[in-house]
Amino acid sequence: MNLYKYASPATFYPLAGKMIPWFAIPSAILFAVGMYVGFFVAPTDFQQGDAYRIIFIHVPAAWMGMFLYVLMAIYAGIGWAFNARLASMMASALAITGAMFTLLSLVTGALWGKPTWGTYWAWDARMTSTLILLFLYIGFISLQSAIDDTRRADRAGAVLALVGVINVPIIYFSVQWWNTLHQGASIRILGKPTIAAPMLAAMLIMLAACWFYSVAIVLIRLRCIILEREQNASRFAEVNV
Amino acid sequence: MKRRHKRIGIIVAGLAGLGIAAFFVANAFKNNLVFFFSPTQVAAKEAPVNRTFRIGGLVEEGTLQRDNDGLTVRFTVTDTAASIPVVYKGILPDLFKEGRGCVAQGRLGDDGIFRAEEVLAKHDENYMPPEAGDAIDKAKHAKEASKSVVY
Repeated sequence: MNLYKYASPATFYPLAGKMIPWFAIPSAILFAVGMYVGFFVAPTDFQQGDAYRIIFIHVPAAWMGMFLYVLMAIYAGIGWAFNARLASMMASALAITGAMFTLLSLVTGALWGKPTWGTYWAWDARMTSTLILLFLYIGFISLQSAIDDTRRADRAGAVLALVGVINVPIIYFSVQWWNTLHQGASIRILGKPTIAAPMLAAMLIMLAACWFYSVAIVLIRLRCIILEREQNASRFAEVNV
Repeated sequence: MKRRHKRIGIIVAGLAGLGIAAFFVANAFKNNLVFFFSPTQVAAKEAPVNRTFRIGGLVEEGTLQRDNDGLTVRFTVTDTAASIPVVYKGILPDLFKEGRGCVAQGRLGDDGIFRAEEVLAKHDENYMPPEAGDAIDKAKHAKEASKSVVY
């Protein structure tokens, strides 16, 4: 089987259509299970009481915001370097979902900060760099929609996306490098997590739900982008014939 | 060299250059991007003078006092090496407790007392059920009690 044939938007379009339910349905189930475990199984926290439960949406949202940015930059980079139309379309499809998750992490973080820290917002390194991530997403989306020629728009977007990647490790390590109001990571690559097992389970289920949701919604958006752009391409071809 | 290879080369070189630049910028900012200063840094006169800044650390056990007006609170912020007395008039966040983290914004007076305009609670990255938290607190107190017996 030649997998490269799926790099063509015309062959990927029906495949994406078949894949969507396989991600959308598990996502709905995982959201329900994650919410149940988060609200009814996970215990209250020893110092924050029930206020900590916003972690079950805050942390997955923040992780998805960073992860989708890196993914978007990789696709944009592939689209630019290899002139792959589908990869560039994928980058555009990812941008809005990534921006949504980043916004969600900022909003839930503010709602969590008020009852625990005593403030909605502080200009510490973690929060400021996350705000910059949201601006990078918004910049990418606006830049692409400001340029009429799609190939040029893809290239300009790719430059912005790749330059912005540097912000992701800054967000991740900000709590280690600088004194911040935001606490350090509870889940580390090395070492035991500093979060009780049922709480961790709820968080990981919610993360999986967000991941499945992202795949489903990005494929739906990708199909719309394919229709939009390829239609223009065929019309363009007809005119030139 | 094909155009595509050239383009990939430019992208890789650009990213590498950008990474190095960002590393140096982050390194240079390392000391200026701090959200708060620790009592040790303040004692070493690293904190700005005649300007508001933030101090952060633990609220020392047994130092939290309330004045008669019911609003003014006095406590000591410590990083176990150095400590600073703080005066604050206002409402404290719910998580503000002795032995827990806090960040206070204000000015350091000539008398060495920090006059805070805003006090935030800083919680750590540990999440556990209340029973586990109680057990840890008890163990800590038992340790302190045994220490005081020895001396």
